[in-house]
Amino acid sequence: MFAERGERKLLSVYFCAGCPVAGNTGEVLKALQGRGVDMVEVGVPFSAPLADGPVIQHAASVSLKNGTTLNGILSELYEVRAEITVPVVIMCYLNVILRHGLERFFMRCVDCGVSGVIIPDLPLADYLASVKPLADKYGVSVIMMITPETDDERIRLIDNNTESFIYMVSCAGTTGARDSFDGSATEYFRHVESLGLKNPCMTGFGISNRQTLDSARQYSAGAIIGSRFVTLLNECGDAEKAADALYQTLGL
Amino acid sequence: MSGNCIADRNGYYGRFGGAYVPEILHKCVTDLQDAYRSIIDSEAFRKEYHELLRDYVGRPSPLYHARRMSAKYGCRLYLKREDLNHTGAHKINNTVGQILMARRMGKTRIIAETGAGQHGVATATVCALMGMRCEIFMGKTDVERQHTNVERMRMLGAEVHPVTTGNMTLSDACSEAIRDWCSHPKDTFYIVGSTMGPHPYPDIVARMQSVISEEIRWQLKEKTGRDYPDYLIACVGGGSNSAGTMYHYADDMRVRMILAEAGGCGIGSGRTAATVHCGTEGILHGARTLVMQTPDGQIEEAFSISAGLDYPGIGPMHAHMVSEGRVKVMAVNDDEAVRAGYELTRLEGIIPALESAHALAVLPKMKFSPDDVVVLTVSGRGDKDVCTYLANRSMAGEYGDF
Repeated sequence: MFAERGERKLLSVYFCAGCPVAGNTGEVLKALQGRGVDMVEVGVPFSAPLADGPVIQHAASVSLKNGTTLNGILSELYEVRAEITVPVVIMCYLNVILRHGLERFFMRCVDCGVSGVIIPDLPLADYLASVKPLADKYGVSVIMMITPETDDERIRLIDNNTESFIYMVSCAGTTGARDSFDGSATEYFRHVESLGLKNPCMTGFGISNRQTLDSARQYSAGAIIGSRFVTLLNECGDAEKAADALYQTLGL
Repeated sequence: MSGNCIADRNGYYGRFGGAYVPEILHKCVTDLQDAYRSIIDSEAFRKEYHELLRDYVGRPSPLYHARRMSAKYGCRLYLKREDLNHTGAHKINNTVGQILMARRMGKTRIIAETGAGQHGVATATVCALMGMRCEIFMGKTDVERQHTNVERMRMLGAEVHPVTTGNMTLSDACSEAIRDWCSHPKDTFYIVGSTMGPHPYPDIVARMQSVISEEIRWQLKEKTGRDYPDYLIACVGGGSNSAGTMYHYADDMRVRMILAEAGGCGIGSGRTAATVHCGTEGILHGARTLVMQTPDGQIEEAFSISAGLDYPGIGPMHAHMVSEGRVKVMAVNDDEAVRAGYELTRLEGIIPALESAHALAVLPKMKFSPDDVVVLTVSGRGDKDVCTYLANRSMAGEYGDF
């Protein structure tokens, strides 16, 4: 995906599986693929999501009330795998994956056509020691995050030990829409760009409109939209309408 | 020093502990990991900390020979009176220490989570003392059932944020405090109240509370001629007062250690906070530990009459000591705790916090020899729980008839 894109900027969209209704993973994936997004992040709900703001927290609790499980999401992905060509990444907190079994999880990712995994509370040391060997064995990318608090040495360590892309968190805080990025955010984007990393960066957290989208795209390979789409999905009910509304919001 | 109580360099007690935090907190946590030992071990810190414990908190807390309770349970029962500390619980031992650390690290804003409100009050208190800004996260359910403590915090100048996610209790307050910390990593110091959270918090809190067992040693020597008990008893939610009670005895195999966790309506009822009985290994609030969770890895809601024990996890140090067989953990149900709280009130004239009442409810489950020296930590006073005690008078057996 990154090699083929040339100068084109990418758009990745996150949704929380099982919100607003149970069993919507395939439907939302197909709608986003149909609208032309470059990557989809399927969020697995967790009961104590430390990195998420109110919108995604709420989505997770709705989804859990709807009976969503990691197992169920993987089964839904398995069912639609033949129809899905857009790269799929799973976003899931560590406890849920460990409970499922780490190796079993990666095996099933392969079966379901999942190409990458984001684990927001996975420490780098644990990734290197116990997660990376299994991820490599099954050919699944683990995507690590960097934030304005991550120092250059650590950014390079992450860059050297991951494939696919780096998730660049735009600012200090949890997930959630923001209207604009301040000067320190763009300074940080510029700084990361100047490091000349081997992996492309995708910018996420706080992207909700044309202005934040443009800032993110200016300094990185693309943008990741989460809370804004989760809100639209709740409002529209229908995944295709929500995808249309998202493109309208972003001025695309 | 006590091997069972000491975390390794990466914050592990056996296989429990560590620091499972989002990347945004990595720097905060490592800065604290790098700084905390040199601060705590420095002469200047120790002097300031111990002066405050003596002159402000009112330490040492008495070790009181409870004669009527001793007669009833056939042992020599000593109560470690943490309820007599300033603000009414052991929590202030820790907040005094952590705010001194925060100041030395140049932080200007303090946040904390609280369940029963004791840690929130203890944090708001030291913030008033040091003139620092203070924001407390507290589950909405707890805001309602611990109203007096909420008013105390506000009077002390703290801003109390009612947390409306999940079960709206301690666990949700912890999540919200961590999220706030993610949003303000530069200026904010998170004063964690229990031996939980990412490394180095379990170790910091255990060290700050270790003054409890340090005093027990010399106080017992004075009163009984020997510096160790046969039994130590304490309640455990996240684990701070029990960590302090056990600290200097963790590797002294002459001392048997019994902890009381909150059974709620019973360990088979689905309405419980008995993590050791009902939990499995998992990751909660930044630490690998025992957690009450579903087969799918979702954290279960805890339930207890006691807001301070209403937590679906336990500190990693405790999880390790349980797995090593070093401590025995008993589940004490709501009704047993209420009855035990009334009993101490009637036999000794001490109204204990509902949390501490769980420790007292261990006594009728034990078979002591008359010479056994038993030290039980009364972690806090029961003023905050008077309404709950009265509302549940029917659980108090013979003591409820008044």
